Amino acid sequence: MSGIDEKTQKHIEKKESVLQSVDKKAVEKQSQMGKLQARDRIHAILDPGSFHEYDLFVEHRCQDFGMEKKLLPGDGVVTGTGKIQGHPVCIYAQDFTVAGGSLGLAHARKITKIMDHAVKLGVPIIGINDSGGARIQEGVNSLAGYGEIFYRNTLASGVVPQISIILGPCAGGAVYSPALTDFVFVVDKITKMFITGPEVIKTVLGEEISMEDLGGARIQAEISGNAHFYSTSEAECFEQVSRLVTFIPWNNRKRADRFPPKLPKGQWDINEIVPLDPRQPYDVRHVIQALVDDSDFLEIQEHFAANIVTGFARLNGETVGVVANQPLVLAGVLDVDSSDKAARFIRFCDAFNIPLLTLVDLPGYLPGVDQEHAGVIRHGAKILYAYSEATVPKATIILRKAYGGGYIAMCSRHLGADFVFAWPQAEIAVMGPEGAANIIFRKEIAEAADPDAMRKIKVEEYKEKFANPYIAAANGHVDAVITPVETRDFLIRTLEVALQKHEERPARKHGIQPN
Amino acid sequence: MSKKTPDTFLLDDTVYQTTLNRKFAARKRWEPPEPRKVRAHIPGLILRVHVAVGQKVEAGTPLLILEAMKMQNDVRAQAGGAVGTIHVKEGDLVAKGQLMVEIV
Repeated sequence: MSGIDEKTQKHIEKKESVLQSVDKKAVEKQSQMGKLQARDRIHAILDPGSFHEYDLFVEHRCQDFGMEKKLLPGDGVVTGTGKIQGHPVCIYAQDFTVAGGSLGLAHARKITKIMDHAVKLGVPIIGINDSGGARIQEGVNSLAGYGEIFYRNTLASGVVPQISIILGPCAGGAVYSPALTDFVFVVDKITKMFITGPEVIKTVLGEEISMEDLGGARIQAEISGNAHFYSTSEAECFEQVSRLVTFIPWNNRKRADRFPPKLPKGQWDINEIVPLDPRQPYDVRHVIQALVDDSDFLEIQEHFAANIVTGFARLNGETVGVVANQPLVLAGVLDVDSSDKAARFIRFCDAFNIPLLTLVDLPGYLPGVDQEHAGVIRHGAKILYAYSEATVPKATIILRKAYGGGYIAMCSRHLGADFVFAWPQAEIAVMGPEGAANIIFRKEIAEAADPDAMRKIKVEEYKEKFANPYIAAANGHVDAVITPVETRDFLIRTLEVALQKHEERPARKHGIQPN
Repeated sequence: MSKKTPDTFLLDDTVYQTTLNRKFAARKRWEPPEPRKVRAHIPGLILRVHVAVGQKVEAGTPLLILEAMKMQNDVRAQAGGAVGTIHVKEGDLVAKGQLMVEIV
């Protein structure tokens, strides 16, 4: 055997010894919970054969509590590069079968190294979280590891897309890395996310709750709003990740990949979706599907604050970010949650050169003590801030009603929209006809022999005069009144004109977004 | 529309047909503050009770110590009066919002 053959053989043996030194019981337990192994997860997400592993031989340096005798293969995390449908990415996956995926300094440094790599290469970073938390034996070094990850999450924000997939426990301080990233994926019965778990809550506070009800996938997707994508299996989750990656650019200096243009599928007649009566609901996602290529719409935060719809689609092959009021849920009002949801999505689109399409049909902001006390003022301000701040092309279509503060907030001309269109049935006013008539004609209605009949007359009068798009158009607040059927063509042409848009703003360190 | 919309929603004198989501349906109704009902502001352990039934108290009089999150919280009267009912004793675990003392 020649020298190099011998070295090669030794290398293969060393590599195999790391890969094979698994805790069989832990691996079995992982499978029983319906969870894939860390490396298998990476292979399942990436294009076949594209994974290139880094730092397989990294070892921890902990000398305390018997750790000096413990060799942890890869220190409990698998890192590397690869491709998703041809798009390059950096990726890491915590390995729960190695010391419970606990995070020590060497583990953290493998993650920060691959994150630094992603920023330098200008590619998305994908993190798969499956960890019991800090490696307690390493003490403050483990906390240092978390801090170094959070710092990089923040510096990478708006530079490369950051994706977190929660496939197991992600508890305590560990939750803040996903929270700092752009998209969080959760899977039913597998994801467990919380600051303090049910045990602590029970012993300290005496409140009893299951892990699922406290921080399971459904709660994160529907109630807390921490998650952006919900699925019922790891396979479905990886499919969602793959779809997302194709809609967004690799980094903030690029545009999303252009795809071959396709016509909408035609399952919806755009003339028939929106009822003329502003009090009647419909699913605004049907309007989106009737407008965009192949009727293909990737919804973000589908279950959280469903009174607003956000997501990615393509128009003539170009990615657009869609924000739309949803009359089907809570009449489509803006509130604390829907403002947060929309504002964050708008800021992502602006950071990554994705034009914004806004579909407007809302009665205003949600009234209520709970809303006022929850800070609907500062939360609602976020959507104004995000739209005003955005310098990507911004097109707005007023489908039906646009009342009051809601009209201003939904990417109106006044917040810098580049194109504002209204459909012929649009009503742009300070409030709905009933409310407005009751205020303006209060005296006439009160003094009439038949107040109800008078109210009806006055409501009709108000509707006739103000419930249309032409006053806004006469003032130049609306650029054009267009029909539903011509909308797609209008949008495609505006996008063609606007794609080179470049808007300079006064230099500053950064703005201060309301929180 | 195939989807049913069983709920209505009133805004600016207009009734909208729509659906109410789980979070909206479960929202807490606001209740006016009741300074004479002393409730636990945080779940925890009653470490000490300083007062007895009938005792005169002023706003600011310490009533009990509620230990929570490793902190011994002084719970003081918000309003003056006499101690009416004491619903807790030393060693009790209380939930958030649980009524502890009533001032009459």
